[in-house]
Amino acid sequence: MEKSIKRYFPVFLGPTFLAFLIGFIVPFLMGIYLSFCDFRTVTDAKFNGVQNYIRAFQDGDFAHAFWFTALFTVTTLVLINVIAFAVALVLTREIRGTNIFRTVFFMPNLIGGIVLGYVWQLIFNGILSRYDLALKISAKYGFWGLVILICWQQIGYMMIIYIAGLQSIPGDLNEAAEIDGANGWQRLWNVTIPNMMPSITICTFLTLTNGFKLFDQNLSLTAGEPMKQTEMLALNIFNTFYGRVGYQGVGQAKAVVFFILVVTLGLIQLNMTRSKEVQQ
Amino acid sequence: MKKRLLTLALTLVMALSLAACGGGSGDTQPSGDSQPSGDSQPAGDAQTAGDSSSSGASGAVYYLNFKPEQDGAWQALAEAYTQETGVEVKVQTAASGQYETTLMSEIAKTDAPTLFQVNGPVGLANWKDYCYDLSGSAVAGELSSPDFALMDGDSMSGIAYVIETYGLIYNKALLEQAGYSADDIKSFADLKKVAEDITARKDELGFSAFTSAGMDGSSDWRFKTHLANLPIYFEYEADGIGDTDAIKGTYLDNYRAIWDLYINNCTCAPTLLSAKTGDDSVAEFVTEQAVFYQNGTWAFGDVADVGEENLGMLPIYIGAGDEANQGLCTGTENYWCVNKNAKPEDIQATLDFMYWCVTSDTGLDYMCSGDEGKMGFVIPFKGNLESTNALVNIANDYVAQGSTSIKWCFPTMPSEEWKNVLGSALTAYAADQTDANWETVRAAFVDNWAAEKSK
Repeated sequence: MEKSIKRYFPVFLGPTFLAFLIGFIVPFLMGIYLSFCDFRTVTDAKFNGVQNYIRAFQDGDFAHAFWFTALFTVTTLVLINVIAFAVALVLTREIRGTNIFRTVFFMPNLIGGIVLGYVWQLIFNGILSRYDLALKISAKYGFWGLVILICWQQIGYMMIIYIAGLQSIPGDLNEAAEIDGANGWQRLWNVTIPNMMPSITICTFLTLTNGFKLFDQNLSLTAGEPMKQTEMLALNIFNTFYGRVGYQGVGQAKAVVFFILVVTLGLIQLNMTRSKEVQQ
Repeated sequence: MKKRLLTLALTLVMALSLAACGGGSGDTQPSGDSQPSGDSQPAGDAQTAGDSSSSGASGAVYYLNFKPEQDGAWQALAEAYTQETGVEVKVQTAASGQYETTLMSEIAKTDAPTLFQVNGPVGLANWKDYCYDLSGSAVAGELSSPDFALMDGDSMSGIAYVIETYGLIYNKALLEQAGYSADDIKSFADLKKVAEDITARKDELGFSAFTSAGMDGSSDWRFKTHLANLPIYFEYEADGIGDTDAIKGTYLDNYRAIWDLYINNCTCAPTLLSAKTGDDSVAEFVTEQAVFYQNGTWAFGDVADVGEENLGMLPIYIGAGDEANQGLCTGTENYWCVNKNAKPEDIQATLDFMYWCVTSDTGLDYMCSGDEGKMGFVIPFKGNLESTNALVNIANDYVAQGSTSIKWCFPTMPSEEWKNVLGSALTAYAADQTDANWETVRAAFVDNWAAEKSK
């Protein structure tokens, strides 16, 4: 068995690796190269050194997009994880219809981001128009609109991960704590949460990176209006690349900076939460 | 430890996928393929395969169309051409406001568009390395005036294929109901008086003065580009220039006055304009909720429902220049360019197709007829037909009366970015009409002009 797996591993690994190569590795390396070039279309590029990076860092909109994205990510990270955890706790109790609830909470995650953005735009504008307001007239509305949309979409997904984590905690741990006289709060804090650290690691990682790379919902819900104040990093990069003559290289440079930023933050976060994990 | 490495590897995989999102693969753009292309071609191909060899057609044409409202007509025209000659013509239409992005990713493909368009000198600057020199070609010989060629030095990079006119389209019957006629509106002051009177009696009349000045992407070009053309035109006229690196904004107060008039006398509260679309505006006009609708000859198909006898078009008065002789805004921002990098036989096929469009009976019928499913253009070619587009005829009347047409100066606007920033500023101002917000508009208009021109 072992031997035949060893012999045939290219058959199983090959197609995926090829797809990965074509879909990720090649564009990624090309992207890094292009960030040092002046180009209109990706097939003919002229090398121009770090000029693109200089222009990227001089762009005030890029800095604004960074801070807006950071604020958004922190907000959604906290909201999504706290609410998803709470919902997971409730739905692992013995109550009727937990499966229906789990399905319903998970469902928003099955809808694509662009569609969600437009649907929520209709909902928000429908409500706001009663007060003669619209979503795109203030960055405040745009920000909270995005937060609501993302929470609605992602809480269900994180909830499923938390439920799986909760179910894998051996019941005798909680029982023992109860016998020792721990109250519900103490049991949650000292037994459940430490045992849930692997799930928390995954969920915070996902919400952190999802927050930073949010694009579809941003594009369709606010498109950066008003005056680019709700433009997040990914959308800023897209607009730089496609929206302006001669800025393709700058957009590419921003994308590389963006990549380094997200990887760094992701790794820091993984290390921080990982160190809190306990071995069962 | 092994587990750690595995998770680290997984992390990297996910992180890499992020970078690919931001990266240059170009296929991530959300629109552009909103229209089904001429996918029915293979059938037509097989059918005419027999005579295609006799006509010597070996190339193929791929036209990236700019005008979503004419997509159906182009598809039909392409099919007619394929049936007649056996040459495959693929027409793809970019979604409204997405032409540049679509072109950018399409032209990098092996199967790139052979025929695309630029919007004038500023657009040409981006694409001149891709433009085939059209001097001496048969289609260039058909131009009714050499002014309609877009030159890059000695090279004829593009040729205009449609001349268009815009103004304030109005509903004659509604205007009469309000107690006015077009003769009462000869200046900005008149327009303001009429519009504000209609607004004052809005409940009694049951309609508003203007359709909503929607600032959604499907409609904002009417104001950030077309309406902005007027202050630019009058400034150019006053200074005797045709382009500038630093606009002064001499007529910005007039721009503000007309914008105030639009947003405060329309069908909805000005705070709601950011969400209003082009379709909303059309619907309001067609269902007689408003008298005035700023748009041009290309919109005839949309507004024909109110009845030809009810349609009129007024110049957009902003209280500048010689208002008594002011005409409509006429010009073009649609230039055909042939992709230099296409295969020689495809270039030939494309040139043949263009020539056919502006000379053959079928081609001219599709281009010029205002019938349902045709384009209703006025074309700057010798073969141009008498139009059945009522708005075009109104535009011709103005010229016949000796009014001075307003030139289209917006092809000299520095960049798309300039228009977008101006559009956002106008939207913000509409929601909260303070001097501070108008200062943002002014900065977007004047300061950003210089900034963008210098890039």
